[in-house]
Amino acid sequence: MAKRYATGTLAVQDVGLEIGRGDFLALLGPSGCGKSTLLRMIAGLDAPSAGRIDWADPAARRDIGFVFQEPTLMPWSSALRNVALPLELAGVPRHEAAARAREMLARVELAGFEDAYPRQLSGGMRMRVSIARALVTKPRLLLMDEPFAALDEITRFRLNNDLLKLWQAERFTVVFVTHSVFESVFLAERIVVMAPRPGRIVAELHVPAEDRAAEEFRTSPIYAAHCREVSHALSDAMAA
Amino acid sequence: MSDGLIAEHREPGILGISYTMWLRILAPSLIGVIFLGGWEWAVRHYEVPRYILPGPILVAQTLVRNWGSLSVSLGITLQITFMALAVAASLGLALSVLFAQSRIIELSLFPYAVILQVTPIVAIAPLIIIWVDNIQVALLICAWIVAFFPILSNTTVGLNSTDRNLVDLFRLYGASRWQVLWRLRLPTAMPYFLAGLRISGGLSLIGAIVAEFVAGSGGRASGLAYRILEAGYQLQIPLMFAALVLVSATGIAIFLALSLLSHLLLRRWHESAGAGDRR
Repeated sequence: MAKRYATGTLAVQDVGLEIGRGDFLALLGPSGCGKSTLLRMIAGLDAPSAGRIDWADPAARRDIGFVFQEPTLMPWSSALRNVALPLELAGVPRHEAAARAREMLARVELAGFEDAYPRQLSGGMRMRVSIARALVTKPRLLLMDEPFAALDEITRFRLNNDLLKLWQAERFTVVFVTHSVFESVFLAERIVVMAPRPGRIVAELHVPAEDRAAEEFRTSPIYAAHCREVSHALSDAMAA
Repeated sequence: MSDGLIAEHREPGILGISYTMWLRILAPSLIGVIFLGGWEWAVRHYEVPRYILPGPILVAQTLVRNWGSLSVSLGITLQITFMALAVAASLGLALSVLFAQSRIIELSLFPYAVILQVTPIVAIAPLIIIWVDNIQVALLICAWIVAFFPILSNTTVGLNSTDRNLVDLFRLYGASRWQVLWRLRLPTAMPYFLAGLRISGGLSLIGAIVAEFVAGSGGRASGLAYRILEAGYQLQIPLMFAALVLVSATGIAIFLALSLLSHLLLRRWHESAGAGDRR
């Protein structure tokens, strides 16, 4: 799967980006650099005013999961019904949708919380429900728009770990928008650094899989070195 | 996982009712008892004639003695009230759904709904009673006009306050217009609709009473308002009070019933229906 970009909106200018199947790509940048806009255009929620997105397989265009910054759950539905929503909207029979949603909730470690309503769940658990909903259709592409920005650091670390495990098991493609250097280094193999006014791509850095395999990666010197490198790229981007 | 279910907050209490709830029941009851006692005492002490101001005991006695005829009148008023409320609820809901589907329809019709709302019902009730032959239907229309607007305006606001991200999510999954309405907009609007319904419940009773007052002079209606008028003409002030008490009690009962309905429908998910919090 590949996408090519060349758009000319006010928010994003002359962005060219190719995303390969199974990539874990982070879009890193300060507020207003157009990273969310870029994500929404990939999702088809906003149309580019110039340029286009090419899909290697046009069917992939509809095969997307999206996680918003807020959990964005339906407060009147249980966790199970929230996760089953994408399937039910696609016309999957209700009992089958429920079974698959149940399975997905277990994958995000929420077994036993099927009948809980969003307001009974903590912020981290709501976000897990939201991730389960995005993954329940087994999408080829998962788009995440600063999904953990509103969570406390302990919860964020745990969800980072769990997301990485899910990705390593399933190998779907991820485009992850964040403004956290540490999060991007921890999660992504490809880190695309963006700069604001107008939003554009200024650098791309790589964190090889073998580095990530290091023991206790989050506190390892390799991790710190990558963070420093990405930080520099980001400050260069801000200065430019 | 350490983050467990956020436990439902449960207060200690007596007989399964929390202290706060007892306070809510007892404090107003005490005020009521003091007020009624003072009233009874004042009437006896100053020997106020019963055709000026009857004491609460006499009013209660009159209510019991005339229960047969008063309950028939109550039934008639209730019938108008509930029919008006039902029509207001279904028509208000239908029209607000129509508004939500088309901005043009909303913009062209909403001002007329406002005109209907701001025109005093007392002023148009005589016209309606002249135009409509069937007095029942005339009363129904009057009560409906009063009750209609809160439901329409509340539900319209509700249908338009859907979470933008949820709308995007439905769009992403290719939801049809019907799915968006049924699974997203209507549930979002539900608390707003129920709040409107609670206001309209009281208003439809007021509308029915006002219309009966206007029509009452024709002598064809026999609802509670007509009993109040009749008692007034005959200087049967205790009977007038008894009918008045019945009207108030009915209004309170309607409000409580609709509050309970709203609580039962929303308690599982809506913030307004939190534990022990009922307005």
